[in-house]
Amino acid sequence: MNRATFPHRLLPWLLVAPQLAISFVFFYWPAVQALRQSTLREDAFGLKTQFVGLANFRRVLSDPAYVNSIQVTAVFSVLTAFFSMAIALLLAVQAEKVVRGKGFYRTLMIWPYAVAPAIAGMLWLFMFNPSFGTLAWPLRQLGITWDPLLNGSQAMTLVVAAASWKQISYNFLFFVAGLQAIPRSLLEAAAIDGAGSARRFWTIVFPLLAPTTFFLLVVNTVYALFDTFGIIHAVTGGGPGKSTETLVYKVYNDGFVNLILGESAAQSVILMVIVISLTAFQFKYVERRVHYG
Amino acid sequence: MARITLTDVRKSYSGMEVIHGVSIDIADEEFVVIVGPSGCGKSTLLRMVAGLEEITSGTIAIDGRVVNDLEPRARDIAMVFQNYALYPHMTVRENMAYGLKISGMPKAEIAERVARSAEMLELQPYLDRKPRALSGGQRQRVAMGRALVRDPAAFLLDEPLSNLDAKLRVQMRLQIKELQRRVGTTSLYVTHDQVEAMTLADRLIVMNAGVAEQIDTPMRIYERPATTFVAGFIGSPAMNILAATVTPDGAGLTLPGGAVLACPAPADPGQPILFGIRPEHIRAVTQPGGVGAIELTVLAVETLGADAYAHCAFPGHVTSAAEAMVVRLPGNAALKPGERLHAVFDTGAAHFFDPATGRRVGPRR
Repeated sequence: MNRATFPHRLLPWLLVAPQLAISFVFFYWPAVQALRQSTLREDAFGLKTQFVGLANFRRVLSDPAYVNSIQVTAVFSVLTAFFSMAIALLLAVQAEKVVRGKGFYRTLMIWPYAVAPAIAGMLWLFMFNPSFGTLAWPLRQLGITWDPLLNGSQAMTLVVAAASWKQISYNFLFFVAGLQAIPRSLLEAAAIDGAGSARRFWTIVFPLLAPTTFFLLVVNTVYALFDTFGIIHAVTGGGPGKSTETLVYKVYNDGFVNLILGESAAQSVILMVIVISLTAFQFKYVERRVHYG
Repeated sequence: MARITLTDVRKSYSGMEVIHGVSIDIADEEFVVIVGPSGCGKSTLLRMVAGLEEITSGTIAIDGRVVNDLEPRARDIAMVFQNYALYPHMTVRENMAYGLKISGMPKAEIAERVARSAEMLELQPYLDRKPRALSGGQRQRVAMGRALVRDPAAFLLDEPLSNLDAKLRVQMRLQIKELQRRVGTTSLYVTHDQVEAMTLADRLIVMNAGVAEQIDTPMRIYERPATTFVAGFIGSPAMNILAATVTPDGAGLTLPGGAVLACPAPADPGQPILFGIRPEHIRAVTQPGGVGAIELTVLAVETLGADAYAHCAFPGHVTSAAEAMVVRLPGNAALKPGERLHAVFDTGAAHFFDPATGRRVGPRR
């Protein structure tokens, strides 16, 4: 390792200061605030504050609405992660086969990633809103009683579709890179060994993509847990009832709409713990799974 | 076990022909080596036999069956790749069993075949290792083993030794030859290394720019190269090829620099001709004025131990390093750059080529 030398003792601190300041203002400080808030009970106007210890956590964890939200989140995250990755992998494999205009297809595939979550949500809402959605009418003509404003599973389908669609581009990009890293000669050797294209995919390509797939699995789970707030807010607002209210949406709803600040803070602390353990799990697991020699 | 027949095989990439009609009939159990400089189309030709490249025209038949439109897996061949192409997520055992498993062979027979091949290649201690835990030579043997277990009609080997260090390369070369003799499988082997080609081949295909310049046994190619390209490519150091002119009396050659060599040439008096002589067919004599001795100026000497090679020029003739005449000397020859050397050419071992076409002329011997 090369030891960098600086002309002044303070210079290295000065250089990392902007990054540290951003992390401090947008992560550490709010995190500490959330931790402090989660032990307090406060009225909606902030006039009276009382220390209650872990009471907020006890209340949140025994609340059936919170348990429901955990279930909703699990279903939503698993479905979103699965569909966004499966479709992206399928498209990446197909894009590899394109002979002419490969770059053009890839560029088109990556565009949806540039759309903000709320805009993506609105897009899907305009297509599938039961009263004015462009595609709602044809769906009804097909004999499907389409009404995501009343039917919870249809609402879930809609938010999963919107959230997956948005993430496909990102996954596609990683899968394309992953596929390109697999030496062609391996596939040729497998072809000579007698493997057809489906067999080559499942016995050679898919196992060799495992590091990419696992990385994306964790990234997509985190995406589904947090970054889909905008989509849910725009499309269903957590409804109908609480059938699409994910954990992060409930944090917002309880804290900023219902102004139950203590419990909302406790929820965000729980969420933070979930994400930290997921990330730790990823780092421990990914390092063991990489098999490239 | 099979014959492989290539008939006027051609390959074009978007209208550009890169292989200009290669024909060869490879006998059962024969070991044929395709040798040529990089970019000559030798790997492409092999990949066409494997089914990894489409054949633009002509036919390839394995065991009498035209395989042009067959998938690689239907051709009953095994291939060893330059980078070995071992499946990195499988153990050595799984790598070797992969093809057999796909063919639906019973487990017991797979295990037996893998064990037998592993024994032949001394791979038993490594069967449960992944490729990344193996050395280059071991990986190469696994690649060989993967081909061997399949017991195919033919082995196709694409520069299988070029990623190994020099010592291991020599060792593996002998092992491959021995293995092929033992199992007797028809083999087609691609290399750019002429020593590998000479030592391994029953027959050689010397390729240059998409053309098979000569197809013959290594010794016959060494003794009677068909073109200046083959003459320069086979043999190390390369044959000296001099632009000479037949003397007016037709009894000798005027060499660059004006020296006259008594040597009948298959061309009319006064005509230019390319005169080829291998470094091992030139003898250096200390005494000037010997019969037919020609004076040369030493430019550089490379000592290899047993032999030394003197790079020489004709006095009074400007010669670049690439054009220098190479003369083989005993390893202990004490010559220094700038000194004179008197060379006697073994004209009986000389080769003549047409300066216009580069083809061999004059049936001598």
